[in-house]
Amino acid sequence: MVPLSYYLVLSGILFACGVTGFLIKRNIITIFMSIELMLNGVNLSFVAFAAQWHALSGQVFVFFVMVVAAAEAAVGLAIIIAVFRTRETLNVDKVDLLKL
Amino acid sequence: MKLPPGRRRYGSVTENMLHLVLFSVFGLICVAGAINLLVQTHPINSALSLVVVMGSLAVEYLLLGAEFVAAVQVIVYAGAIMVLFVFVIMLLNAGAEERSKGSIVALMLGVPGMLVGSILTAWILVKHSGTQPVALGALPGHPKDIAQLLFHDFLLPFEVTSILVLIAIMGSVVLASRPESIEKTKKEN
Repeated sequence: MVPLSYYLVLSGILFACGVTGFLIKRNIITIFMSIELMLNGVNLSFVAFAAQWHALSGQVFVFFVMVVAAAEAAVGLAIIIAVFRTRETLNVDKVDLLKL
Repeated sequence: MKLPPGRRRYGSVTENMLHLVLFSVFGLICVAGAINLLVQTHPINSALSLVVVMGSLAVEYLLLGAEFVAAVQVIVYAGAIMVLFVFVIMLLNAGAEERSKGSIVALMLGVPGMLVGSILTAWILVKHSGTQPVALGALPGHPKDIAQLLFHDFLLPFEVTSILVLIAIMGSVVLASRPESIEKTKKEN
């Protein structure tokens, strides 16, 4: 048996790695991947709590989080393609103006 | 002892040891992949280490008994979303990232601060959370029950997410298409 807190610590570590990557990375695609990492950490805590309380609805919530993440990834990558087309760079330090 | 339906009896000592060992091994792989994502400079290496993280998370879900979530994790996350990422990295021909110089003060204060904060949080979670251990495969995840929840109890959120996905598809097509091609389609009509 594994204590629930171990799962929560693992999910916290994943979330912290995601936040760190979001802050220190300079490539826009890698920043986006860090967001996915954060979502994964949250999903793990959802499933761990669902297992603790034997509540199936936690799994359904994870399913919804995944659907929203997929939609977000599709739109975000399309935005990245549009940014790259106008700026020809993926470095976020060089994408600092809202106008084209 | 009579257990409520769907609730598993706590396993034997060997089973508990196996659970702990499997949890630790795949948890370590998971954390190693997450740290590798941060360390690598080329985005394709980061993407592949994210696939490792998602694969080992799927095993963690299996250990918790959430077979449905594990399958969806592999199919949607490790399959669809990561393929999209790798595809975009190759499409844009992304090279290694240029590191910008951060402030040394932030590094000197931030890294120890983060370490102290995370160790403190982990210690409080492990020692004082007051939660019970989770048995191997604790979730009673029959596909029929999940389908009942998804298509009956959560029908409205399900339909709303389907509309969300539809909007996302249209949005990504419009955003990623070239402006000239949109003009051309307008002229043709």
